[in-house]
Amino acid sequence: MTSLDTAGTTTRKPAGYFETFMSRRASLLPTIAAVVILILLFIGAEIMLRGDFITPRNISALLLDNAYLLILAVGMTFVIVTGGIDLSVGSVMAFTGIWLAKLLEAGTSLAIAIPAILLAGALVGLLIGVLVQFFDVQPFIASLAGLFLARGLAFVVSLSSIKVETTEVLWLQSTRIHLGEWYITPTGILALLVVFAGAWVMQFTRFGRTTYAIGGNQQAALMGLKVARTTVAVYVISGVCGGLAGLVLTAYSGAGYPRNGVGTELDAIAAVVIGGTVLAGGRGYVLGSMIGVFVYGTIKTIISFMGAEQSWTQIIIGALLLVFIVVQRAIVARSDRRS
Amino acid sequence: LRRVIKHRLFWPVATLVSLILINTVARPQFASITVQDGRLYGALIDILRQSAPLMLVSLGMTIVIATRGIDLSVGAVMAVSGAVALTIIDGSADPGDLNVVMLAVVVAILASLLLGIWNGFLVSLLGIQPIIATLVLMLAGRGMALLITEGFITTVNSTPFEFISTGYLLLLPFAFFIWVAAVTAVALMERRTALGVLTEAVGINPEASRLAGVRSRGIIWSAYAASAVLAGIAGIIYASNIKAADANAAGQFIELYAILAVVLGGTSLMGGKFSLAGSVVGVLIIQTLESTILFLGVPSAESPVFFAVVVVVVVVIQSPRLHRFARDVARSARSRGTTESTGDAEVAG
Repeated sequence: MTSLDTAGTTTRKPAGYFETFMSRRASLLPTIAAVVILILLFIGAEIMLRGDFITPRNISALLLDNAYLLILAVGMTFVIVTGGIDLSVGSVMAFTGIWLAKLLEAGTSLAIAIPAILLAGALVGLLIGVLVQFFDVQPFIASLAGLFLARGLAFVVSLSSIKVETTEVLWLQSTRIHLGEWYITPTGILALLVVFAGAWVMQFTRFGRTTYAIGGNQQAALMGLKVARTTVAVYVISGVCGGLAGLVLTAYSGAGYPRNGVGTELDAIAAVVIGGTVLAGGRGYVLGSMIGVFVYGTIKTIISFMGAEQSWTQIIIGALLLVFIVVQRAIVARSDRRS
Repeated sequence: LRRVIKHRLFWPVATLVSLILINTVARPQFASITVQDGRLYGALIDILRQSAPLMLVSLGMTIVIATRGIDLSVGAVMAVSGAVALTIIDGSADPGDLNVVMLAVVVAILASLLLGIWNGFLVSLLGIQPIIATLVLMLAGRGMALLITEGFITTVNSTPFEFISTGYLLLLPFAFFIWVAAVTAVALMERRTALGVLTEAVGINPEASRLAGVRSRGIIWSAYAASAVLAGIAGIIYASNIKAADANAAGQFIELYAILAVVLGGTSLMGGKFSLAGSVVGVLIIQTLESTILFLGVPSAESPVFFAVVVVVVVVIQSPRLHRFARDVARSARSRGTTESTGDAEVAG
């Protein structure tokens, strides 16, 4: 810490444009770093694989393969910006996914099944939010209860996987809207819509500003802001995102499986952190989380291209997470000293 | 009686006893213990044996939580430790040799210690939030374990190694003695020296304890190291039980169950005062509950629903807001009671 302090004071020369930008937008720095890392990853892979990596096919597949994670990451960003955490999302995704498959198998129409699973996700989120806000339970523990509940319910629905044969659901996945070599699936469009809706709500609505305020400072949030309602709402949003991700994942794999998404909550948290959201709350961007998901997906793709063990993905993501946390720590310490 | 109820271990112990009672009533064979070949058998003995890994992990977790931290990496540490031990035994000429097994166990524990030192470094020196600092290893640790076993599930046939989890010593399972020894060692260190008080001081107010001259950095660091070593031993017991190193399944969700055990035992997640005995009771509650759920014929995969209900009930009971509400209700009831009784007295007078 001391070495950082001296570095901070020595670099404060006559402020150039860059310096001013940095001091005003220090919280953007981790997100910019994520973009840089993403670009470096692409360039590195392109060189290593001799021009076989940056193809429209690969980049289109990146969105397709990670659509569910993208949706989860958006919900997670809301929760983390308030200074909370939601461990339940992977299990909620598994539960809603298998329940959707079960409902469709029983002949329920989509018009009922999809709202039902979104509602189920919302209810798990509501439970967590109420525990956090009204019973002073730490978000970690409250969402842990949500994790157990949703995972158990997934197994209550079915112990084995259920195939989905409803054409509308499979359509979400199999339709490829082509634009030359590029393509996008309805699931990809859905994920992007969630991202943009999330980013809009975060940046331009009162609700979004309240979210930042809660994470930034509990006392300031008391100045007439609807803290209780917003805190509960971010967990409900995360739960709904979990439900939506369940739909997308079921479409993607063509089946519901109760063991889906074990540990996905950690992938989502890692992606959000890599995308520049500070875990202490108050700083972060939904679009950054999208970049974080792409970094995660790209690492996964590169490793499978290289034919290396997938276990390297975990190690590299872990290492990357560490780097980002240390960087964030430095940034937060700097801006705290300023204010 | 009032003092018994007020004791902080009252609710955990009451829960455990009532669980055991319910089980005994529902199926009398639950409480029966038979002696066979100088060994005790029975559902209760099984609970004592099977609780060993969770008990060790929860012990470490208690200390870490007391310093206002949390250790999410214990499951991954278990996987690494099991992978290291089994790779050494598998690679040796004679897997049944006692010396080989001893070496494997020692190396595995040292590897866990290294991981713990790493966690402690991130938390105490770099000042990273404990949840995040240990999340790094939680993600990367399993990858490491997979690399050590080269992606396979290493299996071994080694009598001394299997003894660790399935062997018996003086009527009782060996694994039971391991956790009793660990609990005793930790309790002696924490309660017979100043370490326990210093740990609580760090957890209650890090800044004040620093000003009071407590070397909080070393205490926090050693808490994470201890937690990892205990998790390492747990990993060895787990691997010995299934005779294999399964990097994906070893210690899955154990961090969550351990945290649950600590909270059930009455230690607050906000750090500070901790109760080792409470955590022991918490682990036994979880194991008994697991056994009950199995007995009820619920597929073990569905048991998380029950745990979710338990977690919700426990945290709501512990929540300060509910306590305040209960106190208010009690006070208003009492004041109404006293006015009524004085009224009666006047009538009588």
